[in-house]
Amino acid sequence: MRYFLQRIAFYLFTAFAAITLNFFIPRLVPGDPVQSLIAKYQGQISTQAIQSLYVLFGLDKKQSLWSQYIDYWKQILHGDLGLSFTFFPAPVSQVIGQALPWTVLLVGITTIVSFFLGTGLGVLAGWRRGSWTDGLLPVTTFFSSVPYFWLGIIAIYLLTGPGSFFPSSGGFDSGLVPAFDQYFIPSAIRHSLLPALTILISSVSGWILSMRNMMVTVASEDYITVAHAKGLSERRVALSYAARNALLPSVSGFALALGFIVGGTLLVEIVFSYPGLGFTLVQALGAKDYPLMQGIFLVLTISVLVANLLADVAYLLLDPRTRKEG
Amino acid sequence: MRRRFLFVRNRKAATGLVILGIYVLFAIIGPWVAPYDPSARGNDLVQGPSSAHWFGTTHLGQDIFSQILVGTRSVIYVGFLAGLIATTLSVLIGVTAGYLGGKTDDALSVLSNVILVIPAIPLMIIITSILENASDTLIALVIGLTSWSWNARVLRAQTLSLRRRDYVEASRASGEKTWRIVIFELLPNLTAVIASGFVGTVIFAVLSEITLAFIGITSNDGWNWGTVLFWAQGQQALGQHAWWWFVPAGLAIALLGTALSLINFGIDEFVSPRLRSAGTTKLKTASGGTVRMRIGFTPVLSAPREGK
Amino acid sequence: MDPILEIRHLDVDYGLGDRAVRAVRDVSLTLHRGEVLGLAGESGSGKSTLAYGLTRLLAPPGVISGGQVIYHPASGEPYDVLSLSDNGLRQFRWAETAIVFQGAMNSLNPVHKISTQLTDVLKAHEPSMSEHTRQARAREMLKLVGISPDRMDAYPHQLSGGMRQRVMIGMALILQPQVVIMDEPTTALDVVMQRQILGQLIELRERLGFSVIFITHDLSLLVEFSNRIAIMYGGRIVEEAPAATLYRDALHPYSKGLLSSFPALRGPRRELAGIPGSPPDLAAMPAGCSFHPRCPRAFEPCSVTIPVLGRPDATGRTVACWLHPSADAADSPGVSVASGEH
Repeated sequence: MRYFLQRIAFYLFTAFAAITLNFFIPRLVPGDPVQSLIAKYQGQISTQAIQSLYVLFGLDKKQSLWSQYIDYWKQILHGDLGLSFTFFPAPVSQVIGQALPWTVLLVGITTIVSFFLGTGLGVLAGWRRGSWTDGLLPVTTFFSSVPYFWLGIIAIYLLTGPGSFFPSSGGFDSGLVPAFDQYFIPSAIRHSLLPALTILISSVSGWILSMRNMMVTVASEDYITVAHAKGLSERRVALSYAARNALLPSVSGFALALGFIVGGTLLVEIVFSYPGLGFTLVQALGAKDYPLMQGIFLVLTISVLVANLLADVAYLLLDPRTRKEG
Repeated sequence: MRRRFLFVRNRKAATGLVILGIYVLFAIIGPWVAPYDPSARGNDLVQGPSSAHWFGTTHLGQDIFSQILVGTRSVIYVGFLAGLIATTLSVLIGVTAGYLGGKTDDALSVLSNVILVIPAIPLMIIITSILENASDTLIALVIGLTSWSWNARVLRAQTLSLRRRDYVEASRASGEKTWRIVIFELLPNLTAVIASGFVGTVIFAVLSEITLAFIGITSNDGWNWGTVLFWAQGQQALGQHAWWWFVPAGLAIALLGTALSLINFGIDEFVSPRLRSAGTTKLKTASGGTVRMRIGFTPVLSAPREGK
Repeated sequence: MDPILEIRHLDVDYGLGDRAVRAVRDVSLTLHRGEVLGLAGESGSGKSTLAYGLTRLLAPPGVISGGQVIYHPASGEPYDVLSLSDNGLRQFRWAETAIVFQGAMNSLNPVHKISTQLTDVLKAHEPSMSEHTRQARAREMLKLVGISPDRMDAYPHQLSGGMRQRVMIGMALILQPQVVIMDEPTTALDVVMQRQILGQLIELRERLGFSVIFITHDLSLLVEFSNRIAIMYGGRIVEEAPAATLYRDALHPYSKGLLSSFPALRGPRRELAGIPGSPPDLAAMPAGCSFHPRCPRAFEPCSVTIPVLGRPDATGRTVACWLHPSADAADSPGVSVASGEH
């Protein structure tokens, strides 16, 4: 339990650090970015939005830095992330609220599938060395060196087009209204297949490689020799002894790698115009919609923290040694 | 010396080094040998590969082969500079944390973990989006500053285990100065870990630079492979079936990444020989098969007993 | 006495082809029913390699390059362990020959309860046994080695080093094997715990009637707990004799050296002296007797010709040393090989 509380304290601290970072980054911009934005939009930004921009960049001279910081926290705690001006007058929180489920479902499910698939193949590659599984390694190395989004482009080029089963963009057929019904759900699933496959192929190789190396390391532990000496079946030695132990560092690696994976998956959304956070982020970037960009960064960070916490729970269940301190 | 020689003899590492060498060569001479100015417009719009334009042309008639060739410099420059910055930071922070321990270690470990957990690409996006007219150097700096934490963690763990070794303990007991112990006792033993961390960061930095360029965050001072892809995507290269517009850049990235990964495999196998793929041999077992090294079932050779 | 395990001309290498280094050379040794056979030598003498080699448990790059290991089951024909199929070997392991490994710290799987690790042996070897019987049998084994059965659900990290080693011994006996190989079973434990556990083991042996190969670098333990002792040096057996005989009157200078590196348990006090020098490099064995560079009594033939094991007298003991040539005329005088390289 102590271990668990420590982890929660760490995540709270990380959330605090991310929010603080979010507060300071806009304040580092030289000059008056608001004026240039107003010039860019030529009067299309409402006065209300301009006011919130001045607050965001800390150009609101009436307040000290400290009281600005306190106000920022108050806003955040009320769930107020400012106003988006690409989707004006929608508040940032609402824009994100619409995009978030798409990303969580696509990235979440795909990442978990990728982890299990890659770990499984890694067990095979690490256990049966010198067999066909060694041939997996060059292939996986190649795929882990390709940017996710490029693989997405290739997938669109090769697999979509007139008459193809796979749609090339979007999250669902235009003309449908998001709802949990028999028209929308199959359409959403069909649209998610290709982005999911892209993410899967790009990310699975990392898991294969790390699990393979852990299996090789664990295979020379004494308890593996004991398991062989006991005359246990190959299956039991490989799974219950070797893989079961090799899994532990893989699970803690899973938590740490999430931050990296999320970056790659955002780009896949962009290529497929998938209505998630990544696609929204690039739209915000093009429009220099700073409040939206910052909101997305914050929500992504917090999602990764939550996922980390879940991985910690899994680790706790898998390793009796951490469970001990009750 | 012999150990170093052995590292180069590792087939994976050697292949990786040769490919990397070719890229570095292109990074240096690319702009001089490119057949066209990569930004110059031409009359052949969106043409497929031909003898005049090896990789075809863009919507403005620009030569894609020249864009890739010229862009190599930016990619290699940003990759190596960011790798250097991140590696320096990770050595400073990781070794300090591992060696000094106590409160310093706690503080530095929390710092690395925080940076590690915050998603790197989105962080880079919000930082670079605010910078106007970022140069390659600035982009490398941002990438370097956000990607040191993984290696710092690895180095901290390695330093911790080295610090407990007898010879380090002995130096400490004999009152050797801390910086001398770190430089002469610790760092030589961390070389492989640092090298593999550096190579890993270069891969990550290259992918990050290209990712940023692809979504439009790019330096004004020229081409890189991400910029090529940015224009390909923006100009609907897919819709025009202009595969030559995005395939070469992607393969260039993939080949560079593979070369760097091969170097890292070489380093890993050099450090822990167990990771090597187990090859089969010509020798026969008692049952007539080829010998396969297997944990738990030691092979039995049927070789005739020599000399007796 | 009935033999139960006969090792015949066993050769074990590390590595293949040109890079092979021979760690066990032409070792022949017989374990008799009901006896405790001690195997002693410095680290690197090949004693553990021999033990792991005869059960084919040697980790890569170890390979068995020659010889036979003949096992005599309680009923049925003797067979060569080294030519068993994978499945045959799996069935043979633990049911006929169990091993207590050195370093009990890492011998238990850290993520499973000890009950799981005790019962999975039964599951593998006696699949028809009911779960209830398996649990009862595991409890019984724990009781046998002096651990309260309510520790069944403990994880290895919750047990002390001594308890973990007892669990390992209990695990080794769970299928009532004929042979138990103990590889430095107590080196990680303190002296009191060592003797307690070994004493218990010898008592169990008398009760259950298995034979033991006891491997250690600590000759004093062997003198106390074994019937017969074989001394290994440079991958070969250099002397073999009943424990009491060896203790009283070791013939090989190496055995004498080992004996004088610990204080006498009883009887007159002897001078304590270690053996100068270090064990030979297996990749570059000295010519002739591999011990001659360190031997205080080396003379002219020692650096040229390898001595073979021979009987110096009529008692049946053997020694490979030019100081004690074979009394048996049938034995060949030695092999004229300039060096032991292969």
